[in-house]
Amino acid sequence: MTLSYFIQQLLNGLSLGGAYALIAIGYTMVYGILRMINFAHGDVFMMSGYFMIYAITVMPWNIAIPAVIIGTILLGTLIERVAYKPLRSAPRMSVMISAIGVSYLLENLANYLFTAMPQSYPEISILKHVYTFGSITVSRVTLLAPILTIILTLVLVLLVNKTKLGMAMRACSKDQDTARIMGIKVDNIITITFVIGCTLAAIGSILYFTDRNTVQPYSGSLPGLKCFVAAVIGGIGNIPGAVLGGFIVGICQIVITATGYSVFSDAFTFVLLIIILFVKPSGFLGEKAIEKV
Amino acid sequence: MLEVKNLKINYGGIEAVRNVSFTVPNAKIVTLVGANGAGKSSILRSIIGLVKAADGSIHLDKRELIGLKTDEIVKHNITLVPEGRHVFPDQTVLENLKIGAYLRHDSLTEDLERVYRLFPRLKERSWQAAGTLSGGEQQMLAVGRALMASPEIIMMDEPSLGLAPIVVKEIFEIIKKINKQGTTVLLVEQNANMALRIADYGYVIENGEVTVHGTGEELLKNENVRKAYLGM
Ligand SMILES: Nc1ncnc2c1ncn2[C@@H]1O[C@H](COP(=O)(O)OP(=O)(O)OP(=O)(O)O)[C@@H](O)[C@H]1O
Ligand SMILES: [Mg+2]
Repeated sequence: MTLSYFIQQLLNGLSLGGAYALIAIGYTMVYGILRMINFAHGDVFMMSGYFMIYAITVMPWNIAIPAVIIGTILLGTLIERVAYKPLRSAPRMSVMISAIGVSYLLENLANYLFTAMPQSYPEISILKHVYTFGSITVSRVTLLAPILTIILTLVLVLLVNKTKLGMAMRACSKDQDTARIMGIKVDNIITITFVIGCTLAAIGSILYFTDRNTVQPYSGSLPGLKCFVAAVIGGIGNIPGAVLGGFIVGICQIVITATGYSVFSDAFTFVLLIIILFVKPSGFLGEKAIEKV
Repeated sequence: MLEVKNLKINYGGIEAVRNVSFTVPNAKIVTLVGANGAGKSSILRSIIGLVKAADGSIHLDKRELIGLKTDEIVKHNITLVPEGRHVFPDQTVLENLKIGAYLRHDSLTEDLERVYRLFPRLKERSWQAAGTLSGGEQQMLAVGRALMASPEIIMMDEPSLGLAPIVVKEIFEIIKKINKQGTTVLLVEQNANMALRIADYGYVIENGEVTVHGTGEELLKNENVRKAYLGM
């Protein structure tokens, strides 16, 4: 393995990891506030890919990007409203089963609307611009993905830790009834959480699909699962943890593929999950549950 | 003034509270005392909108509270210090106090000073995570957090629960002080002796019903109350 090949693969890994990180944040934030795994999140990410395919046919890319983000937010918050909110006082398992139902619904809907044939993802020229450094060639999106991910993560961490909204979000994730007594509109905070998760998933989908060229109805299922694993590895509920997990999963996947063991690259993610759950069940940055009652 | 009339609360068919009526006049301390499971917490939680009342009315200054959501109810200057304190454990003492003032947009400096004067220990620990405070300190924080909303009525659900006698005394002193400063207090307690001594008026709740009521002094002298709640 030459150095340039190594650097090339590392960049690819960072890029994929960045996209995974953005999706993983959605899992971790929703878990943080609702204590449920939003199994539909990966499929929302997939739908976001289709949104771009159709948006780009009727508008320039610089309008298509915000339009896709807004479309994804609308889809995600609609799901919350219709499939999760009515189950607010139901056992958590019911909400998760509802999420699995939504996941199947979206996959089948995509199958029905867009057919099972992979559709080619638009080439957004500004993202596809290729840089050459000696024997290394990278597209702009490959470089942009990890940088954008880090910036968005920093903004989000500041939002959660330093603003009044963030204070309310943290309060809701600990104790909804008490948050209500403080005057916090818990349902609004939950909606905002979904808005943030969907925004990042939409950005993640642009980064991910631009590098992968096609979208099909199951494009979200395995990446979704991997990002969920990333969130668990990092410590579910913890935002920097999800980002760390996303990068770990992304880089591992690329490294394993690059070394010629691509058949194992998917399985490896889950092996990693099992190892982490054994060694550090709360994940790398997860909170240890110290609860004083 | 808070007026509760014929309040009924059901949990899946089981009647936890039936036909409870009581009044909390302005600037007074009113207490609800009763044994475990009598329905005291349920009453407070339904006033603040966390539990749905099956029937009856809850009027705050002639405004019906039943049907309003908790975040709307607390806008009318009423708040609850929940049973078991429920401070936000990962957030600092100062952040907990700021969350208490979530609905306010004016300066908090004065109220923060007031809370720190009432509870000097909170000031020393303002950067400590609330979950690492002792039980008594957490109770003080829970009361302080409620005061940060500058409520006209403060409801407290068993503030003495699980605290050492000396801390209990301290808490009750502070409740009196808060009341002297003009805040109406609705106090739920199992420690009937302490509660009735500081209360202007008391109601004894048994199995979801008011059985006796009267001024604090009257109830302290009442033969049945003495037997059942004061262990005399
Ligand atoms: N969420 C609930 N679901 C079902 N039953 C409930 C619920 N909350 C309270 N109850 C029942 O309602 C009754 C009254 O409970 P409540 O908590 O109001 O009593 P309490 O007077 O506050 O008791 P304690 O002094 O032990 O706190 C109890 O029998 C309790 O089991
Ligand atoms: Mg109680």
